[in-house]
Amino acid sequence: MEQSPTSWGRYPESHAARIDHASWAHEVTLSGQHSILAYGLGRSYGDVCLNDGGTVLRMQRCDRVLSFDWNSGIIRAEAGLSIADLLRIVVPHGWFVAVTPGTKYVTLGGAVANDIHGKNHHRVGTFGCHVRSLAIRRSDGHEYCCSASENPELFQATVGGMGLTGVITWVEIALIRIASRQIEQESLKVRSLHELIRRTDESDADWDYTVSWIDVMSRGSSLGRGLVLRGRFSEESDGTLAKTWKGPLITVPFEAPSWLLSAPTIKIFNNVWYHRQMGSIKRAMLDVEPFFYPLDGVGSWNLLYGRRGMLQYQCVIPIEDGEHLMRRILEEMQRGGVSSFLAVLKKFGDIPSPGMMSFPRPGLTLTLDIPIGDDKMFRALDRCDELVHSVGGRIYAAKDARVKGEMFRNMYADQLRRFLPMVDPAMSSSFWRRVMNDGKDMQ
Amino acid sequence: MNTPSIVIIGAASGIAQGVARLYARRGWRLFLVARNADALQTTESDLVARGAANVTTMLADLSDVARHDEIVKRAQEACGTISVVLIAHGILRNQEEVDHNADDMLLVFDVNARSSVSLLHRFGVALEPQRSGTIAVISSVAGDRGRRSLYTYGSTKAAVSHFVAGMRGRYLPLGINVLDIKPGPVDTPMMAGRTLTLAATVDAVAKDIIAAIDKRRGVLYTPWYWRYIMMIIKMIPERIFLKIKF
Repeated sequence: MEQSPTSWGRYPESHAARIDHASWAHEVTLSGQHSILAYGLGRSYGDVCLNDGGTVLRMQRCDRVLSFDWNSGIIRAEAGLSIADLLRIVVPHGWFVAVTPGTKYVTLGGAVANDIHGKNHHRVGTFGCHVRSLAIRRSDGHEYCCSASENPELFQATVGGMGLTGVITWVEIALIRIASRQIEQESLKVRSLHELIRRTDESDADWDYTVSWIDVMSRGSSLGRGLVLRGRFSEESDGTLAKTWKGPLITVPFEAPSWLLSAPTIKIFNNVWYHRQMGSIKRAMLDVEPFFYPLDGVGSWNLLYGRRGMLQYQCVIPIEDGEHLMRRILEEMQRGGVSSFLAVLKKFGDIPSPGMMSFPRPGLTLTLDIPIGDDKMFRALDRCDELVHSVGGRIYAAKDARVKGEMFRNMYADQLRRFLPMVDPAMSSSFWRRVMNDGKDMQ
Repeated sequence: MNTPSIVIIGAASGIAQGVARLYARRGWRLFLVARNADALQTTESDLVARGAANVTTMLADLSDVARHDEIVKRAQEACGTISVVLIAHGILRNQEEVDHNADDMLLVFDVNARSSVSLLHRFGVALEPQRSGTIAVISSVAGDRGRRSLYTYGSTKAAVSHFVAGMRGRYLPLGINVLDIKPGPVDTPMMAGRTLTLAATVDAVAKDIIAAIDKRRGVLYTPWYWRYIMMIIKMIPERIFLKIKF
């Protein structure tokens, strides 16, 4: 029997009752089944990609390009194609994905289902903003072609719909032009949250890609100190487009002991990382791989978190009063003993996504990788949820493995009213049962 | 017409898909034969996107040997000089699946053995005047020794292996290499629902295959360790082998 696929956080454990592989997107059928979930590359952190006790339909083999136009940068491919493979194909022709997450090992289907975003959200919106059309196979036996004008309700429900509206079989996206693989990057050292937000605002005006790394372990006036990173593609045709792509340089061979990434070691790491940059500004030319996908250089890095696994917490809060609230969230985390390296802060822009359940909204978004800890940690995150919800913010389902069902339903109350009628009765996930039905079967 | 070309028979199969991609990336011309029109069309667009100089497809049920001459003719029309022929079609049935159905058992022979040797023979004759090229066929490690759980499938593959062993001797002096590819279990759609002990990925096997074609090797075990596993399995005395249940 094939092993049940896991999520990237490796928490919670999950055992699918059945695992199927789709070989060709045009052959996918859902007839006579219930509780199915399509699974791509399993880079969602929590249980949105898991289906404990149900059927998991693995889509990885459906990775073929169906049509493309190198003049206009429009490409249609089966939903299991990864961004890594897509880039290998399109970059030599001078194209790049409009939106990329921090890893290239995600499928197009997963990118749509979670309506992913990247460091250029303030410029181009979410992945869904660049989806021209898609096809979705539903349990009524039909395959629906959807776009902003054709079956628009189903399109809007599927973008960010967590795979619950059916199985996405193909996706057509619009790419962006690039002249080079090189990225001009600047790294600004900032001493406080206030300065960080100010420098982010400045940077967003002139730079396509901005993101900040913050030291969440620092306290008091230096709370929120960190590095603001900003970048843009070089506009010089320097002949780098034909360069070959690298696989992971090293792969973590087995589960590390849990102390490896725990509060004390993370504190040391964060200190070193912050002080590594001596000057207030550092400039560099970077290849797309280290700029967008630094962690892809280490295969299976999630194993570094050991047996217990990890959580990722990502929330967004409105910009008004954002600094004050962000400070309270960080303090709440510190009180709860939540330690994290790779805490990331980004300002979302105001380009709306077509997705009903899409996570991004204008405001500040904070993302933390957290080793699974004790009850105190879980309670601290619950209190963060309350702070986020109190100002109309929300958390990101693709990262979640722990939010209380009622809290999620409140955060997405308006969106859920439109989304629920579009959910395919044959589709389900561990996440969906957890937040909608206290973990019980929906039937 | 200097761009090299490859003819792939059974182009929708898992291993063939992996090999086709690698040749597409090299910018070759491809001639693909399969029986599923949707799969062929999808594969064609994919390979062109991945860099193939051009892709020609032909729809055919390969168990219909009456069409084999046509396949060879159209392949030659599309490619001119054929650099590589890869015969990759096949079906897999465990012994218990065909135990009560002789017709089903013979179907495995028709598809895996009869149609393969028919194509091998015809492509051999067709390539002879070229005095160059490689004819490769996917057999299996299961063809190395008959065993109780898989002897129908295994013997069809044994037939192919013996056939090409002889062909190699005949064609090598003419400048044509004949390659016998013997994969262990590979994670492909053909293996759906079966236990995958020591299963290799399509990517790894495809890389081995094009390396063996490039180096003009005669027999390829892929992954490499199957050569040694099968060496040991072939050495087990019959009396003991009969007691092993696999």
